[in-house]
Amino acid sequence: MSDVQAAAGGSERSRLQFDWWSAGVCVVALTLAAPILVIFSFVFHPAGEVWRHLAATVLREYVTNSLLLVLGVGVGTLLMGVSTAWLCTLCRFPGRRLFQWALLLPMAIPAYIIAYTYTGMLDFSGPVQTTLRAWFDWGYGDYWFPQVRSLGGAVVMLSLVLYPYVYLLARAAFLEQSTCVLEVSRTLGCGPWRSFFTIALPLARPAIIAGLTLALMEALADFGTVQYFGVNTFTTGIFRTWFGLGDSSAAAQLAALMMTFVLVLIVLERWSRRQAKYHHTTQRYRTLPGFQLRGWRALGASAVCILPLFFGFALPATQLGAWALRTWRQTLDPAFFQLVRNSLLLAATAAVLALLLALFMAYGKRLRRSPLIEGALRIAGMGYAVPGLVIAVGVIIPFAWLDNTVDAWMRSTFGISTGLLLSGTITAVVFAYLVRFLAVSLHTVEAAMGKIRPSMDDAGRSLGLRPAAVLGRIHLPIMRGSLLTALLLVFVDVLKELPATLILRPFNFNTLAVRAFELASDEMLAESSLAALAIVLAGLAPVILLSRSIRRSRPGGEHAS
Amino acid sequence: MWPKRLILSAVMALFTVSPALAAGEVNIYSARQEVLIKPLLDQFSAQTGIKVNLVAGNADALIQRLTSEGINSPADILLTVDAGNLNRAKELGLFQQVRSENLEQAVPSAYRDPEGHWYGLSMRARPIMVAKDKVKADALSTYQDLTDSQWRRKVCVRSSSNVYNQSMVAAMIAQNGVQTTEDWARGLVANFARPPQGGDRDQIKAVAAGQCDIALVNTYYLGGMLNSSQADEREAASKVAIIWPNQNDRGVHVNISGAGLTRHARNHDNAVRLLEFLVSEEAQRWYAEANYEYPVRPGTPVSETLASWGEFKADDLNLALLGDHNPEAVRLMDRAGWR
Repeated sequence: MSDVQAAAGGSERSRLQFDWWSAGVCVVALTLAAPILVIFSFVFHPAGEVWRHLAATVLREYVTNSLLLVLGVGVGTLLMGVSTAWLCTLCRFPGRRLFQWALLLPMAIPAYIIAYTYTGMLDFSGPVQTTLRAWFDWGYGDYWFPQVRSLGGAVVMLSLVLYPYVYLLARAAFLEQSTCVLEVSRTLGCGPWRSFFTIALPLARPAIIAGLTLALMEALADFGTVQYFGVNTFTTGIFRTWFGLGDSSAAAQLAALMMTFVLVLIVLERWSRRQAKYHHTTQRYRTLPGFQLRGWRALGASAVCILPLFFGFALPATQLGAWALRTWRQTLDPAFFQLVRNSLLLAATAAVLALLLALFMAYGKRLRRSPLIEGALRIAGMGYAVPGLVIAVGVIIPFAWLDNTVDAWMRSTFGISTGLLLSGTITAVVFAYLVRFLAVSLHTVEAAMGKIRPSMDDAGRSLGLRPAAVLGRIHLPIMRGSLLTALLLVFVDVLKELPATLILRPFNFNTLAVRAFELASDEMLAESSLAALAIVLAGLAPVILLSRSIRRSRPGGEHAS
Repeated sequence: MWPKRLILSAVMALFTVSPALAAGEVNIYSARQEVLIKPLLDQFSAQTGIKVNLVAGNADALIQRLTSEGINSPADILLTVDAGNLNRAKELGLFQQVRSENLEQAVPSAYRDPEGHWYGLSMRARPIMVAKDKVKADALSTYQDLTDSQWRRKVCVRSSSNVYNQSMVAAMIAQNGVQTTEDWARGLVANFARPPQGGDRDQIKAVAAGQCDIALVNTYYLGGMLNSSQADEREAASKVAIIWPNQNDRGVHVNISGAGLTRHARNHDNAVRLLEFLVSEEAQRWYAEANYEYPVRPGTPVSETLASWGEFKADDLNLALLGDHNPEAVRLMDRAGWR
């Protein structure tokens, strides 16, 4: 990247240009980090006594469970995400075209919904175990059955709904890989397996890691699933300490500890690939050849793709559908369509804004790889590992302070009360989404931009393009697939988002996720199914649409199969 | 010339109309879920023509929102589903006193703040529930009996992160002191059939399926299951019986859902009217019929389901104390290993 830097720093004028980007990036990052900084400011209140209590009783459990959860979800999402992405992109077998988009579907299901659904089916009192007991005349304690509500259960549930992050980014990376690299590996005598492990996988590593980071941050921030399963993690610990023990400082310190943990992981990963560069040196793209699979190999490939799809989507969606069929007469009213509209509008707005901000920041970083910008990006992306409710509180405090300050000033100066300008408005809700989900688009955009050779920038600049024009006319077309991915990810995440929406929303404003959760948390699962299903359906259309665009986005691959 | 006048009148209209509009409104922050309050609010609007605006969400976060918004907060009423949070809101200075004969007559003194900062709207009890075919109705009669070694691996209860368990333990601390309560909690944990998990309905289902014999559950969950649209829930609930504990001494643990008028309420009169409506006989009957809660207003007829469970003696501990003991209750459960 040093060549870009040299080019950009060439003249006095462009150095000014450059500072503008830097300053802009830092301002945006600071604004988005404000809620987290507010929470962090609690850290400085002493809470030694509570800590002694936590350390003596539950802290070890929080740490162990969180680590195991992250480890388990990491392995689960990597296995499912990377294998399916590779198979669907570079192998030919029956059902591949269907799997290409269908494998994304589980991400439309909120984690707590899938947890409630599976518990309903597999719990001791659920239909599966009841039937087994009736068949074999067993009683309680006569047989072994995996416990759904357990740490293992939480790992499976979260892996099933989070693997699409890895799949999506890995697939986009595989698609963007030049055929030449793979053909060279073939001519050198590599079979599909070796090509995969020695060429494709290392080249796709930034994208895969980006997807994995997202999945793991989401897993760490999860509250609904672990709370329902009775698994005590950092997240449940934060809530318990804050609201149960009534100690916001200790809770903030727990949150800070968790975020430090995330930050260390990210830094370690970046450090481990500090030397490597991942751009392609050729622009020769052709239709991907595809390894033709036959016989049991084809069968195996189909099975690998069917399993996550079946357990992550088909089965829970069928259960939701069955419940919805039974309850839709009570739950489907005109207000329901208002919910759909609200959810879609919010999700679309937040997705577009997050993408614009991510582009701005990622390109700012590319223009100058300063530690300052790098740090700003990391801080702006921290929100994804923070539970939504913590972010909501972090948004409430500065917004209300700002509103009240403006109001007091206007009163004293003009005698006019402005009241609350931002608090309790859609703006506050969307802002919270950006804080929470910017990481999603940022990681995606950064991973894609990292693969564009710096010489492209140089060429653009030497032909007289300004930095913004380089971004618009060179980077954007190349990254189209990844940009759509970023849009889609945030869109679906916002559709599912709950705690921040719940607390920050204006009067009489509901979304699908709010409706689904209110009913599910009151253990009226059947009644909540229609809203849950609507989230899935609302997520479905963009998933399919964008999956097609991602396939088409492959350079030179307009008519790729 | 005329556009200027138009703008001027528009501005005038804006300033004169909005207070008039506001007079016809009342704004609520509710920790009670929308489905469990909206029908009552709609009824109120239909009767009075006063529009009710609602934000429903987590109690702690709503209290934070109210605190931060301060003098400019639009909320007139804060409604929660436990006395602990009502008391916390009072201590944070978020409420104002309401003196209303209607309210004071309708709500017994145990279920309202002595100074009128908040009023109970409905009551929920947390009795012992047992498997009809395994546990005789006289096999246990107090919460203390739950720690008896004959119930080893027989008791189901949800996580101690749940506010209902926290309030229950807080009430015990208020009455029996920390040490006795901690011993009780340790004895209870020793009798757990499984690690705490799921919600209250899940505990009922576990009892019905034979995973445990005894559970601690709020009554309205059983009511909801008995009248559920799902056959399996109705069947599970039919296998479970209620034992009202401690009838010869302190009575069964109860908690309330309640509400108070916020300190900076702009729609003071409408808000008081709404509070009065919520404790009126017709609204009180709705709590019992729609959500199987107990009315706070004495003499309100209860639904068939509630009547079938019989009468009971409720703990008359001043509920304001629950909030004071809540942090200690959480620590105590941590120490006792109640996950």
